[in-house]
Amino acid sequence: MAVPKYIKGKEPHKSEYRMIFRNVDRRGWDASIKSYIADGGYKDLKKALKMKSQEVTDEVKTSGLRGRGGAGFPTGVKWGFIPPDNKKPVYLICNSDESEPGTFKDRYIVHQDPHQLIEGMLISCYAVGAKVAYIYIREEFSEGAKILENAIEEARKKNFLGKKILGGKFNCEIFIHRGAGAYICGEETGLIESLEGKRPYPRIKPPYFPAALGLYMCPTIVNNVESLCHVKHIIAMGGQKYAKIGTPRNTGTRILCVSGDVVRPGYFEVEVGKITMGELINDVCGGLRKGRKLKGVIPGGSSAKVLRAGEKYTIGTGESERTIGINDIPMDFDTLAACGSMAGSGGVIVMDDSRDMAWILNNINTFYAHESCGQCTPCREGSLWMKKITDRMVSGAGVPSDLKTLTSVGDNIAGRTICAFGEACAWPTQSFVAKFPEDFKKHTSRRNAGKELNPESKAAAAGLKR
Amino acid sequence: MSAVKKQTEDLVNVQVDGHWIQVKKGTRMIEACKQASAEVPHYCYHPKLTSPGNCRMCLVEMGMPPRPAPGQEAELDNDGHAKISWMPRPVIACANSVAEGMGIRTQSTLAKECREGVMEFLLINHPLDCPICDQAGECTLQEYSVEHGKGESRFLENKVKKPKNVDIGPRIRLDDERCVLCSRCVRFTREIVDDDVLGFVDRGSHSVLTVHPDKPLANNYSLNTVDICPVGALTSNDFRFKMRVWFMRETKSVCNGCARGCNILISSRENKIYRQTPRENNEVNSSWMCDSGRLNYHFLESGARLTDPMIKKGKSHETVDWPQAIRRAAEGLLKYKGDEIAIIASARMTNEELYLVRVLADTLGTRNVDTLKCHGEGDDYLSHEDKRPNTNGAKVILKLSSPGSKINSIKRDIESGSIKALLVYGENIASKGFDDGVLSNLKFLVTSHILANPTAKLSGIVLPGAGYAEKRGSMINATGRLQLLNKAIEPPGNSRDDWEILQDLNRAMDGKDFIYELADLFSEMASVVPALKGLTLSGIGEKGVPVIETGETIPLLEREAQRVKQGLIAG
Amino acid sequence: MEVSRELNKQANEYISHYPNDQKRSASLPLLHLLQQEHGYINEESMNWVAEKLDIEPIHVLELGTFYPGFRQTAPGKYHIRVCRTLSCAMAGCYETMEKFCEVAGIDRSRVTHHNPIAVSEDGKFSIEFAECLASCGTGPVCLIGDEFYESVNAENVAELIEKYD
Ligand SMILES: Cc1cc2nc3c(=O)[nH]c(=O)nc-3n(C[C@H](O)[C@H](O)[C@H](O)COP(=O)(O)O)c2cc1C
Ligand code: SF4
Ligand code: SF4
Ligand code: SF4
Ligand code: FES
Ligand code: FES
Repeated sequence: MAVPKYIKGKEPHKSEYRMIFRNVDRRGWDASIKSYIADGGYKDLKKALKMKSQEVTDEVKTSGLRGRGGAGFPTGVKWGFIPPDNKKPVYLICNSDESEPGTFKDRYIVHQDPHQLIEGMLISCYAVGAKVAYIYIREEFSEGAKILENAIEEARKKNFLGKKILGGKFNCEIFIHRGAGAYICGEETGLIESLEGKRPYPRIKPPYFPAALGLYMCPTIVNNVESLCHVKHIIAMGGQKYAKIGTPRNTGTRILCVSGDVVRPGYFEVEVGKITMGELINDVCGGLRKGRKLKGVIPGGSSAKVLRAGEKYTIGTGESERTIGINDIPMDFDTLAACGSMAGSGGVIVMDDSRDMAWILNNINTFYAHESCGQCTPCREGSLWMKKITDRMVSGAGVPSDLKTLTSVGDNIAGRTICAFGEACAWPTQSFVAKFPEDFKKHTSRRNAGKELNPESKAAAAGLKR
Repeated sequence: MSAVKKQTEDLVNVQVDGHWIQVKKGTRMIEACKQASAEVPHYCYHPKLTSPGNCRMCLVEMGMPPRPAPGQEAELDNDGHAKISWMPRPVIACANSVAEGMGIRTQSTLAKECREGVMEFLLINHPLDCPICDQAGECTLQEYSVEHGKGESRFLENKVKKPKNVDIGPRIRLDDERCVLCSRCVRFTREIVDDDVLGFVDRGSHSVLTVHPDKPLANNYSLNTVDICPVGALTSNDFRFKMRVWFMRETKSVCNGCARGCNILISSRENKIYRQTPRENNEVNSSWMCDSGRLNYHFLESGARLTDPMIKKGKSHETVDWPQAIRRAAEGLLKYKGDEIAIIASARMTNEELYLVRVLADTLGTRNVDTLKCHGEGDDYLSHEDKRPNTNGAKVILKLSSPGSKINSIKRDIESGSIKALLVYGENIASKGFDDGVLSNLKFLVTSHILANPTAKLSGIVLPGAGYAEKRGSMINATGRLQLLNKAIEPPGNSRDDWEILQDLNRAMDGKDFIYELADLFSEMASVVPALKGLTLSGIGEKGVPVIETGETIPLLEREAQRVKQGLIAG
Repeated sequence: MEVSRELNKQANEYISHYPNDQKRSASLPLLHLLQQEHGYINEESMNWVAEKLDIEPIHVLELGTFYPGFRQTAPGKYHIRVCRTLSCAMAGCYETMEKFCEVAGIDRSRVTHHNPIAVSEDGKFSIEFAECLASCGTGPVCLIGDEFYESVNAENVAELIEKYD
């Protein structure tokens, strides 16, 4: 395998560890199977097919891989939930809905390295016993869908996919299924309903855990694009070696996507937990714009609770307990959870002191009000209510009780809905109002009624032009 | 310290609001709470339908005993049960089942907060027009909002506008602003009657229930959706705006539309029926009934109702009083002997009435007794092809092995003149082959009807009868179940309860002692009809008793039983 | 409604991707096919899909109205979707939207929840907001038809529109 060279201006940052994104922005690279095979592609599929399927699952368990779609659930453990006495067909679904605001990583895998995903999927199918897999891809990736279709055909021609793969007993088909613009189709049971041709209403769990009662009521494994790519590398190097990358319990690499008020936004593949928020923002992303100070960070996609600059967090237990600030947070699952937020989908949105948090929250609330599937009461009614309140606040008609109302509406949603969308839409409101009350109070005073309270927002946007 | 009952094969111990009870394994939490008299408010849950868990009204606090560490005993509470560790998040009681040692709190702060939260959410975009809503008085939203809602609204925004007064089918209108999107109606049409025509369009807070413009909700069970709609979103065209529910009196009875005998509630006020709704009976109709049966009460208030006994004078009839009518009828019949007389009774009559027909036939010594067979279209749900509610009653009481089989010979004998007198009860035979040409051969024709009809027109004596809702009595349905009809309203004018008329007629001929109570008549009947042996009228109860084996099954119930077995519904 | 043989063939191909008794799964793929053909999804298209998949027409209506990716009204010749979500908004997408409307001659004043698409008077362009297009680092971003553009700001909108003139 050659050491890749990258397109000028798009070279990885020196703190990156490119594994999944090895071929993204690579010079001379294209999405063809030729490029992929020349670089050693599909060798890991061959290797996996020589193993027992249980051994593949065991390697994934050993690797400690945690899902990169949002919840961070251990992938191998999830695979193990398929009932042992199962007689029904098993399905694998690749979640390529990439719809969590602030997240833009799967896009590049799909567009630039489709065969890595296909290889990862085939190995995973082999491990879980799936003969049919679907890639659920968001409608807006229409180009990506074509690239994947093409890649599947290429792989079929080489007998990596289809019947009797590589002359063995393993049969496997992969189909592309395009969504149609709905964030809720990223939620795995909503996705499954959508794939079944129904309204994407998430299912109640229990009893409908996909690994037992998923697509067509058959055992179904849903994994994120990035997670499935990791499987290929786990097989390549072995679970144990993979587990040495990153930090304990937070193994491997992950792609962090940074957007918002930084000089150099973008995607960066790093070892999980080996880089801190401060290093990410200040070194990797070139810091904030001139004269600006950090105000807050949403660390894991817009659903994650916001972190406020200057806050202190207590992490670790017993001897290793310590207090840290926002810049010291290692970017891993457990620490971000300990700080009261989450690593989520890896989408880091940075806000500087030019931002009015009421305006920011209103934008987020608009998203969730638009995307609630409307199935269950708290989310359906609450998400729109929160949006209406912040709408009113930013248009100058806020009242003092709004802060309290916002918080309690959020409290009445989180933890009480069918799917995690409830938390996703409540957490921003709960955390923004709690952590930036002054920004919201500003909007409730009569003196400010009707005034443009975000005079800097246009200027801020101008400053972000690239 | 209360004694800890052992977990048995099919029972588990569950703590509800601090009290331990034993319930069947696999019981839904919500049903377990009900058994412990802790009713959990709910909208989307219906025991006969699958549980989507969408309304979130039934959130409760739940806990389980933690699994003890290896080698350790479970820590016990004061009451000897394993200590429960409560989960921080509430769970829905409708879709989750109990497990040994589970604790449920329906009245904790968390559970109450959850309910209040959901109520507030449901109300913010709700029109709250109870004063003009048919559901008022039996609306769970209205009910719960008093119990669980916040007094004042802190919703300062504009409500979401949705379609109102939508015509979704021939018998139903929809008000989307009132709809709480519980999907009960959708699941009913999909799961129970395989007519999957309801659906939601748009999304989020803008979601609305609707039908496709080309495919309305028109099936013969559509009105059940109105019953199960927890709010006033679906309203019956038949009932809309006619009466406030709290003014109505409910009478438990049985539908007379077909041999199924669906159990019903007749709602009436001041001698007028306003609606009929199904009454749950898991041996007969589950919780449903068909639209044609449900709406088949308007004939009772028809302008064609007969209200007085009448005797034909020349070409027209004139009103007479009862004693005169009975005397003339008795005289007319007694002029003839044995098989010169025929009786065509109806399987619409109650057992008690049929029994009096049998007594009459014995007094007159005729063997020419039969009922009409009246079959129509049935379906795979409830509606039976036998459109008479009491054919099985006619079979066992009149000892007819095949009702309707003697009708042709009766007709022939009328035509030949060997049958000279005919008593017809409750059937318009003139439109069933006994036209003027046939009936004019008779010397004497006495008939009883509810509505004026061609047969009545041809009769020498016409006795006005009472409709099924105007009388008490028993019937045996298609599956052999003895069920009770109760009187919801009085028959109009001078018409009377049919058993009394028939008894008067009998007594005018046999001179025996009068029976004053229907129950006594039933007991007399039970002493001579083997199928009813040992039964009493009051012993029939609200849900009826099986009395004969018919070998028939009810497809809809079989499917429900299957779904219960699969754990899809609570049943 | 008549569809071309080619479209019917493609529809059959999509249907074959799912188990025989799960034809309904092909709802979205078929709706996409028809939208490609007509630019939006009308009632006839939905009925065609229902018939093709042997499902109740209400179930296609349920989908057609759920997904914003299915347009319920006819767009212009070139349909623009501007990302509205946070990172793009911070980067000025509302200004981008304004500029697009100005340059393409589109009036968005009548846009509502139920009617999200605004079309230019000459029918050449139509525009709507979309939610996060998963390219937040290069906002504001937009799609014109199937083509994706990054860093589309008030200054370069006119230039971009010109490509479609
Ligand atoms: C509202 C919501 C939206 C989601 N969107 C996505 C998504 O766009 N992509 C994704 O991979 N996972 C998404 N998820 C997470 C999935 O439900 C699921 O956990 C994930 O695909 C599992 O894959 P993983 O274990 O590989 O992370 C979403 C979850 C929720 C609750
Ligand atoms: S939480 Fe929201 S998105 Fe999830 S099922 Fe309920 S309404 Fe739908
Ligand atoms: S119409 Fe009634 S039953 Fe149907 S979803 Fe609405 S509230 Fe529920
Ligand atoms: S099925 Fe028969 S008994 Fe039941 S409601 Fe209909 S007509 Fe009445
Ligand atoms: S009753 Fe609706 S969620 Fe339980
Ligand atoms: S916010 Fe616009 S692409 Fe994500």
